[in-house]
Amino acid sequence: MSLYETLVDTNTKAVASRQSFGLAVAELGDSHPEMVVLDADLSKSTQTQHFAKKFPERFFNMGIAEANMIGAAAGLARAGHVPFAASFACFLTGRYDQIRMSVAASKANVKLVGTHAGVGIGEDGHSQMGLEDLTLMRSLPNMTVFQPSDDWDTREFIKWSIKHDGPVYMRLTRQGLPLLKRPAGTEFKPGVWGVLNPEVLGSADVVLMASGGVMEPSVKAAEILSEKSLKVCVVNANWIRPIDEAFLRKACESSAKLLVTVEDHYDVGGLGGAVAEFISTLPNTKRLLRIGVTEFGQSGSPADNMEHYGFTGEKISARIASSLG
Amino acid sequence: MGFKWPNEAISSETSRKAMRQAILEQIAAANSGHPGGSLSLVEIMSAIFDGHFKHDPKDQLAADRDRLVLSKGHGVPALYSALSFLGYFDPSELKHLRSLGHFLQGHPDRNHYELMEASTGSLGQGGSVALGEALGLRLSFQNKKLGRLPRVYAVMGDGEMQEGQVWEMLMAAPKFELGNLVCILDYNKGQIDGPVKEIMDLEPIADKIKAFNWSVQTVDGHNVDELKAALAKCEISEKGKPHFIIANTVKGKGISFMEHPTAWHGAAPSAEQLADALKELNGGSEPFGRILS
Repeated sequence: MSLYETLVDTNTKAVASRQSFGLAVAELGDSHPEMVVLDADLSKSTQTQHFAKKFPERFFNMGIAEANMIGAAAGLARAGHVPFAASFACFLTGRYDQIRMSVAASKANVKLVGTHAGVGIGEDGHSQMGLEDLTLMRSLPNMTVFQPSDDWDTREFIKWSIKHDGPVYMRLTRQGLPLLKRPAGTEFKPGVWGVLNPEVLGSADVVLMASGGVMEPSVKAAEILSEKSLKVCVVNANWIRPIDEAFLRKACESSAKLLVTVEDHYDVGGLGGAVAEFISTLPNTKRLLRIGVTEFGQSGSPADNMEHYGFTGEKISARIASSLG
Repeated sequence: MGFKWPNEAISSETSRKAMRQAILEQIAAANSGHPGGSLSLVEIMSAIFDGHFKHDPKDQLAADRDRLVLSKGHGVPALYSALSFLGYFDPSELKHLRSLGHFLQGHPDRNHYELMEASTGSLGQGGSVALGEALGLRLSFQNKKLGRLPRVYAVMGDGEMQEGQVWEMLMAAPKFELGNLVCILDYNKGQIDGPVKEIMDLEPIADKIKAFNWSVQTVDGHNVDELKAALAKCEISEKGKPHFIIANTVKGKGISFMEHPTAWHGAAPSAEQLADALKELNGGSEPFGRILS
């Protein structure tokens, strides 16, 4: 069995995390009457349409007015409900001041859901791509920021976020994500990343951290590198705030020559930025290669975009190999 | 001697004088703040809290309480004065306005004071939070989680009506038929850089809001009887038109040398100016004592 087949379930169909989200909130709405959902005229794209159909009295279409939607979500939270407010990541986090004041600084128990993250959305091009949302959201002191890598992650995080009293931001994809294979007994724990092949960590050459739409090509990159006899520990780095500091300490104590982050997001301030900020405080810190988007996005098929911006197994592995020298 | 609130209704002339004194002393103590837009709010606060607002200082976060979101957060000395008057905290706390770590932050801050419905101060946002609360409280009432339908008041400034988000809120509230939402505009005609009508005129403001399908009333915002009558006229219902009261006010109201559209927007009075202002308010005596003594 190849490394790819060891880490990725090739027998089940890939599911977009926006789809996982839409179906999960509609399912969880039965047992959680406190849940309400807001959307800004994108319910067919964000997939809140499923909740809207099932619970019309608890669904609020706020029109194309995201600032008011965010404030209204804060008010609904203050009235005792658990609101999920969804739009495209760029439109939602583009209303940064409303999130800063009415949500974060107001301790509002609002679950912000940004879909259509990154260049992976394809043809619609730059204006619809969330590429700076992680940077914006993780700068807020009490915000939890999470980027699921598959259906399981998305559903587990939603269940956790309903119980968590505080603002969260969840970053979702337009494109399908294959299910990851997790070591037996894996539990979903806040702030804890999923190490897909933990047995490798002690003797790894490279620790490769990714989440969301670039998880799958990152596993492919690990496979290509493993064929060159490099040991790659692959990590589902889904918690962006808080990041998994305990894991990063271990990674810096490991035999790895290089840490790598991969994200379909600008290479400033997202996962790579968060990792760089933390490991720079460690006495035994390691070199970090941050792979991300370095220019504005553009139109193109999803496959062409992923290729152009360097998010294929071949391109990611080539960057890592070249960085290892 | 300390400061003591008069034992009268919050909307009495004496109580409003005491609130004006408390506003001025708070801002003087902090040596910063917004006297103009706080003084213009005194009658609005008095009228809301005099009989129209269900609340209990002994059960401050009761689920079925009415809510007040101060969207024009810079006017918060007026809200703090009213809350202290109503027994939420001792007036001696007021001298700590804007002090590090104190719950009386320079603008309402829920991270420091749980009773604040929202952290405001970035203008244009409080109306949306109030809309969401009105929506959420109605839902809880309909689901029989609350025994009464709480009212939500949003107090807004005229300058912040220039924010686009306010007009998103004005569009949304009638769609959801929020008959339990009451917005009150403190129309004091001034903003930092000059008169509102010169910076970005709102007129015809009543017609605009009516056209958005709100029930609109215009009153003298320094006449408590008119304000109370307007509040009483707002028919609170599960489903109906949301209510908007345009309160024509004067920035710096009550202190002759502060009654100016812009000069006292964000300036604290000196010790001498404070003494002059208190003399004008109380005729040279100290019927309530002093916060700063």
